[in-house]
Amino acid sequence: MKPIAALIRRDLGVALRQGSSLGTAIGFFLAVVMLLPIGLGPDQALLQRIAPGALWIALLLSVLLSADRIFLDDYDDGSLELLASGPLSFELVTLTKACVHWLTAGLPLAVIAPILGFLVNIGPDQVLPLAAAMIMGSLGISLLAALGAAVTVGLRRGGMMVSLLILPLYVPVMIFGVAASTPQTIMAGSGVSSLMILAALSLAALVMVPIAASAALRAYMQ
Amino acid sequence: MMERGERAIFSGLNFGAAAGELVALTGPNGAGKTTLLRLIAGLVRPQAGTVELEGGDEDRTIGQQAHMIGHQHGIKPALTVEENLRFWKDFLGGETVQGRLEGLGLEALRDFPAGVLSAGQRRRLSLARLLVAQRPIWLLDEPTTGLDQRSLGLLSEHMRGHLQEGGIIIAATHGALGLKPTAVIALGEAA
Repeated sequence: MKPIAALIRRDLGVALRQGSSLGTAIGFFLAVVMLLPIGLGPDQALLQRIAPGALWIALLLSVLLSADRIFLDDYDDGSLELLASGPLSFELVTLTKACVHWLTAGLPLAVIAPILGFLVNIGPDQVLPLAAAMIMGSLGISLLAALGAAVTVGLRRGGMMVSLLILPLYVPVMIFGVAASTPQTIMAGSGVSSLMILAALSLAALVMVPIAASAALRAYMQ
Repeated sequence: MMERGERAIFSGLNFGAAAGELVALTGPNGAGKTTLLRLIAGLVRPQAGTVELEGGDEDRTIGQQAHMIGHQHGIKPALTVEENLRFWKDFLGGETVQGRLEGLGLEALRDFPAGVLSAGQRRRLSLARLLVAQRPIWLLDEPTTGLDQRSLGLLSEHMRGHLQEGGIIIAATHGALGLKPTAVIALGEAA
């Protein structure tokens, strides 16, 4: 456990001191959510109807902004090779790094999203389902982003490639995330089952992404 | 045998190093010194041939029992010198960073962010990793680059100590290491 704790502490320390990825993500998220009602006009019913989808899209894109950096810094400064020769299995290293990305990009956004949701007129009874779905879904989003980051780590300007590769994988997360946080589905009682599927997607990613991502990173280090 | 993009870098290379021996790798730029070190560390796979460690910990790979000091130092500029070293100590399962910074003359830089270090100081911080976690094999890729006379002396002393404790050092180098290598392997001409 000690190596994992050390890695989390280092990556959190770097993220907090540089502050760039979290700042960019939150800034982008704020900008989208605040501009949306201004762009769409004062139709409250319309806003309420599209709010969950808009918040999910904003979350996804904000997380993607910092996705390509998950492994890039460590790859560039040689840390990745040293991490690969540590006592920890490389799969656990990639999993830890993906989770730190979730802690510094996905989770903070998922927590502030329901609060910012009031700007796009979500109902008070939507707040809890939205928060639950976003916290659950953002873990999957960060893990899939880590997969994209690993596959493109050695490519210059890999940022666009990450988006293109990962976008199809985001579709299920998006569908069930929105379904778990729209009033209609919550009323109809299918909100909880959507939440369950969302959790299943994130858990599947939790198991599969470290294996795939570490294989991709190993191939780059060859 | 090792190939890089169809070009054989070396083949038929065969050498051993016993406990307490220092092997120096020499050769022109591009001769494959770094590749050979990475190969020993298990970071790249040879097309043919094997690297074996006798009497090591059988549950761990050679890479996990070796320190690789390469051209890239794995230093985070946002963290201080001590935090950088402490991370490697915790991650690699070392015991303490106490006294290790002094071992390479870094004590005055303890609380500086690593981003402000000069090339030689970064090299020294990278070398300090050798001291915070005990590993029997040291793979040093041009360890003396950028070091001043005093640091060079400190490094030689640590290398001598490591060899006396029964460690193995394989170092790629152009200059003097400050102690006499047990064996010198000259890699071929670069294309």
